[in-house]
Parts: sequence; structure tokens; C-alpha cells
Amino acid sequence: MTATRTETEEAVARTEKELLDAAEPVGSSRSERLSALVQQHGALAVLVIVSAVASLSFDSFATGDNLSNMATSSAFLAVVALGMTFVIITGGIDLSVGSLFALGGVLAAWGSQYGTLVALLLPMVVCGLIGVVNGLLIARSRLAPFIVTLAAMLGARGLMLSLTNEGADTYLVKKGSFLAELGQGTTLGVGNPVWITLVLFVAGAVVLRRSRFGQHVYAVGGNEDAAALMGAPVARTKIIVYTLSGVLAGLAGALNAAWLASGVTILGNGMELEAISAVVIGGTLLTGGLGYVSGSLVGVLLLKVIQNVINQIGSLDSSYQQVVSGAFLAVVVIAQTWLGRRRQLL
Amino acid sequence: MAEAAIHPAALDRARVLQWMQTYGVYAGVAVLLVVNIAVTPHFLSAENFRTQAVQVAPVIIVALGMALAIGTEGIDLSVGAVMALAASVTALYLGYGLVPALLTVAVFAAVVGLANGALVAWVGVQPIVATLALMVGGRGIALVLLPQLKDLHNPGLASLGSGDVLGIPYLIVIAAALALLVAFVIRRTTFGRQLLAIGDNRAAAKLAGLPVRRVLMLVYVACALLAAVAGVLATARLQASDPTSLGNLMELSAITAVVVGGTPLSGGRVNIAGTVAGAVLIQLLTATLIKHDLPPSWTQIAQAIVIVLAVYAARGRGKR
Repeated sequence: MTATRTETEEAVARTEKELLDAAEPVGSSRSERLSALVQQHGALAVLVIVSAVASLSFDSFATGDNLSNMATSSAFLAVVALGMTFVIITGGIDLSVGSLFALGGVLAAWGSQYGTLVALLLPMVVCGLIGVVNGLLIARSRLAPFIVTLAAMLGARGLMLSLTNEGADTYLVKKGSFLAELGQGTTLGVGNPVWITLVLFVAGAVVLRRSRFGQHVYAVGGNEDAAALMGAPVARTKIIVYTLSGVLAGLAGALNAAWLASGVTILGNGMELEAISAVVIGGTLLTGGLGYVSGSLVGVLLLKVIQNVINQIGSLDSSYQQVVSGAFLAVVVIAQTWLGRRRQLL
Repeated sequence: MAEAAIHPAALDRARVLQWMQTYGVYAGVAVLLVVNIAVTPHFLSAENFRTQAVQVAPVIIVALGMALAIGTEGIDLSVGAVMALAASVTALYLGYGLVPALLTVAVFAAVVGLANGALVAWVGVQPIVATLALMVGGRGIALVLLPQLKDLHNPGLASLGSGDVLGIPYLIVIAAALALLVAFVIRRTTFGRQLLAIGDNRAAAKLAGLPVRRVLMLVYVACALLAAVAGVLATARLQASDPTSLGNLMELSAITAVVVGGTPLSGGRVNIAGTVAGAVLIQLLTATLIKHDLPPSWTQIAQAIVIVLAVYAARGRGKR
């Protein structure tokens, strides 16, 4: 017997759950719509409020320099969070993205000596292949996503360290190359990484909302057995999703290396948590089946604005950022669970 | 029931896999011991065994709590942060004496455990998310309390870290005692049976009238307390409180030890002896690679391979 439940067991579990939840009040369809609205746009409202308060409180917040700096530094996390959104909607999780981000940066900086194309393709291919392995182990061998991607996290960091002589060697991105321009240049006054990120998010939203593959992603996360019965290619969808996550993490690392002009080996630690936090804050359910690409972008911006505000309050040291992020995550998760519980019965 | 469905031709392979899952971790430890005794110079010395055991003791203690959480089909990502928190609080309150400091640590850990437990048991948040919040925030709190490394000078704490009884370091004695205690609780107490029943099928346990919420709360409190003990012992051994790096990636080491030791992530079964062996296996693997001057990056790659092999062997076992 495999790791997934059979239909009968699923049905029994559902009945049990209904019995258990029977005591919960059933919401009207208006409150149902309201909770959906809060779920989808709650983070955006908070972002607007926090930004408004911040720009009133600090003169230096709403300046062009600060905003453009924030946008560029958000771009890399946003690209990682985009891949994570797909993974989480299928009901999975990808802990390897931080390591793949660092590995991608090192590969891009090393590859930049052979031209920009190599510098961009190499990290995307290598990180994508690690994503394929993750996907195969999760979808075909039915191992837990948490454990598989945890192993990939350790393995990819090990690989990155052995490529850089245990982190001692730093590869530099060639000055004046197209890659450097891609990371550091601006178009219409906005950093190139921001434009690239926006294009990727639009593409991601279209794929998720308008393509057959996008439908499969939601179906797999909603109910894997039902999706399989309806003819959705469950295993293939999962493999593609983890591959996509790997490719995007590698690309984000490459862009970040281009921005910093070097492949920094200590980057990406804890990035998987930031990305997961951003996705969850953005309204995507960790149980899968429901989520928004735009929400993840809002989630990333919210995390970065909070970080910026804490930096502006000079007297607070950066540890408070973790405290605030953690508290924020807890509040969002409690709200989500509460809202989600009301929806389940309808 | 899983075995009954297997085709006779596949029986041998299934048997091998089952054997691997139950005894593979001990076989792995034995192989590493034999290989090291044969080829590693100075491996077979009391001094070396002592060093290895003292290093692995905190991992074992954290893994015991993790095994309890995993037994309920949960997980606790905040253990590393709790270790850092324990280190900070120890440093802050050591001025009032060792015992008051340790009691304060226990109170802090209990509060963290209650918060995790409340999110899981009352709000109904998935354990991985519920504990993620404290994993992110907990180390932040630790760093707010104590922003940097602080040397500690307390004779009581020093002897806790480096003292021994009958030649066995306190750290090992404490880890062994806690392992026996947790194994006893799992096997011989009502609480242990309820814990496993909840991990096996939470809905059924609830319908059967088990105190699901209370048991879950206690599990996360126990997990946080054990992590705090490990944090205090690691601090005592270092003779310094290091909230920045103490317990970093500890949640991953602990989960690895539990999973490699044959406890399924799907809950309902807990293997304490295997968990201890799993922690020892990882420790020996790391020590072997380091002693042969292989770079630390290889250790991470090796650890990744061991994890995948262990979960692959455990595939399809457990309740589903």
C-alpha cells in the first residue's frame, strides 16, 4: 500500500471530519464571500496600511531611492516565492530553494566568464535537474516532500560548498557584461530585476489561471485522488512543479549574483522560510488547492516593508525583524485556519 | 496489512526492505564503527568515544522530543530556536544562581511549547506551519534578549557541561536517562498509548473520547522542554551563551535522526532506540568524513543521501 489514501479511506476520513466539525457554525454565503475576500486581499490591505503609516512616520521611506532599493531587493525573493506558490498549491513544500538560490548564484558567477547565456542557463539547468530529482522522488516514489527537499537542501549546499573550495573562493561577475547590466542596470528608472520579476509573475499568473497545467496544479492540491480519477496527470504535474521551483530558485540566484557582481556563498540561508512565509501571508493555503500568485508578491513586499521599517527605526536591532515576521506569520495562519474552517462546510 | 497485499514474488524484496527499515540504522552504526576501527587512527580510544558521545547527546535529547511530535503525525520546527532561547535566558538569569536560571528556562520553554500546542490542538493549524512561526520568531526573541555571545562563569553550569559520574559525562547520563524515560512513557503509560492513537488516526481518537487536545498540548510542551534541556547542556559545555548559532539546523538533524531511526512521518509509531541510533549514525558519519580530512561539504551530501535512503526504505510502511 502506498503513502496516499485509497478512496474509501478518504471517504471515511471525510465523514469523520464532518462529524467532528458538525458542531461548528455554518456561515451564510455572504460571510463566505467575505472570508474569501479577506483571504485573498487581506495581505494587500495590511501592506497598504503599513506603507501609509511608514511613509507618514519616516521621511526617508517614500523616497524614490528607498522604494526602488526595496523593489530590487524584493525581486529575488519574489522569483523564489513564485515557484514556491506552485509547489504549495499542489499541497507540497520545497525546502531546497535557499540552497538552490546560493548554488545558482555561484554557478552564474562562475559561468559568466563564458558569456551571459551560459551564466543564465547553467544555474537554471543544474537547479532544474535537482528539482526534477525532488519531483521524481516525491511523485513516483511517494516520499514526503518535506524530507526529500530537506535532503536536497543539504545536498545542494554541499555541492555549492565543494564548488567554491568550502566557501573560500568567490567568483566575480565580469564587469560591463550583459549579465551585469541585467542585474545592475535600470529601465525607465526601475531596476531590471524588477521588470524581469514582473514579467515572470504575469506569466505565472496566466499559466496558473488560464492553462490546463494550472488547472491540474489546483486539482492535485485540492484532492489528489479525485484529480487522478478525473484524469489529471498527478505525478507529471508534481514533477513539473518541483522542476519549476528549482529553475526559478536558480534563476533568482543568478540574477542576485548579477546584481551583487559576485556569487556569494553565504546567501540563501533561511530563504526557504521567507519564501514560505510570503506565500502563506499572501493567502495560499499550505494544505493546497487554493492560492494566488499575486498574493505571494504582496507577501514578499510586506516582509520587505516590515524589514525596511525596522531598519528605519534605528534603535531597534534587526532581531526584531524576525520577531515581527514570526508574529505576523502566526496571526495570518490563525486567521487563515479560522476562515478556512468556515469555508470547508460549504 | 500492507504486507498481506504483497505478491509472493515480491516477498523477498519486501522482507529485505522491512528488515532495512527496522534494523538498517543499527547495521549502519555497526558498519561505520567497524570501518572506523579498521582504518581511522586513534578511533578506538576512550577519549574519542567520549568526545563523540558528548557531541551527540544534545541531538539525541532534541530528537526524543521530535519523535513524540512525529508520533502524533506532527513536527516541531522550533526546537533550534528554543535551544537559542534557552541559552539566552540561562545567560540572563545565571546571576540569580543556577537553579533559578534553569527554572526560568523551563518556564520560557513551557510557554513556547504551549503556544505551539495551542496552535496545533486548538486552532487546528498544521504543525509544520504552527511551529514555523516560532522557528522564525523564536531566535529573534533570543537575540533581542541577548544580542551576542556571552561567556558564562558559573561553577555549577561548568560542572554540568564537563563533569562526570563514574567516568561517564553528565551529558551522556542525562541523554540516556531521558531516552529511557521517553521510551517508558511511550510504551507503558496511558499518555503514550493515547499519543500513538492520535498519531494513527486523530479523528478516530477524538470519536473514541481520547483527550486529543490535552495530549497534543503536552507533546509540544515536552518537545520544547527537551529542546531547552539540550540548549542548556550545549551552553554548559561551551561555557558560553551563543544565541546566534546555537541550535542552527537542529530541527533538521533531529528530524533526520528520528526518520533514519525508523519512525514513520505518518505517525502512530515511535521508535526511541532507533532515534538514538539515528543520531549516533549521523554523528559517526560526520566524524568519519572529518577524520579522513574530507571537506565538510561532503558531510552534507552524505547526510542527504542517508536521509533519502532511510525514507525510501521506510516507504509504504506505517499506517497508510
